[in-house]
Amino acid sequence: MFFLKVNDVKVILTLVAEYHPYILVQGDSIMTTPKSMVIIASQGTLDWAYPPLILATTAAALDYRVSMFYTFYGLQVLKKKLDLRLSPLGNPAMPMPISLPVLMQALPGMEAMATAMMRKKLLSKGVASIQTLRELALESDVRFIACQMTVDLFDMARDDLIDGIEYAGATSFFEAAEGATITLYT
Amino acid sequence: MPNQTLDTKGLNCPLPILRAKKSLQRMTSGQILAVEATDPGSAKDFASFCTQTGNSLLTASENGGVFFYKIRKN
Repeated sequence: MFFLKVNDVKVILTLVAEYHPYILVQGDSIMTTPKSMVIIASQGTLDWAYPPLILATTAAALDYRVSMFYTFYGLQVLKKKLDLRLSPLGNPAMPMPISLPVLMQALPGMEAMATAMMRKKLLSKGVASIQTLRELALESDVRFIACQMTVDLFDMARDDLIDGIEYAGATSFFEAAEGATITLYT
Repeated sequence: MPNQTLDTKGLNCPLPILRAKKSLQRMTSGQILAVEATDPGSAKDFASFCTQTGNSLLTASENGGVFFYKIRKN
């Protein structure tokens, strides 16, 4: 059996901290960095807009610093004028009131029907709207970062997207993700 | 007696927790927040919320599908 002196512990932790993103050694104090979460949100359908926003707002309530990278179709979720839809086509897990053959799901109007059905369901079950979750996230200082490359790719204007967001590229993702306690891709 | 009450009946995840967090932010240390909810998932979530944020869940009960929580802000 052997005992470690306080100074030995400090030396060990300083070594660990070099490789460990959550431990900081500054002078005589050893601390952990604040909890943080980084999410990549790449989906732009009404259903898939939810998971990243639910996690982001909840994490903020649990005192995490949250950054969200919206890329590709995810940018639809940041539009001032939201028009999120969902399609029963190619989504056999989506519960429909009546079971329809795949060919019928491709008919005009089916997407609108599925979207209207989902909206009604969300409302009746007391699930927050995407607008509400977005506002709550911004209020609790969640960082929204829009992928500049995708903005260019889809010829979007910054005016089309909500205020209070940042525009950056992949490099900024790594800056936020390095040292993040939680990183998710959706 | 709670210092503040919060009705989240009819609201679904994560709204009850978000509203509770907002109410707690406006309260001072030692004050008690009483929450009513109908989300069955809130039973686990309020306990977990309190553990993670360092607040105390004093009581948790259910009556006819309505959940009651008392949280002391630390």
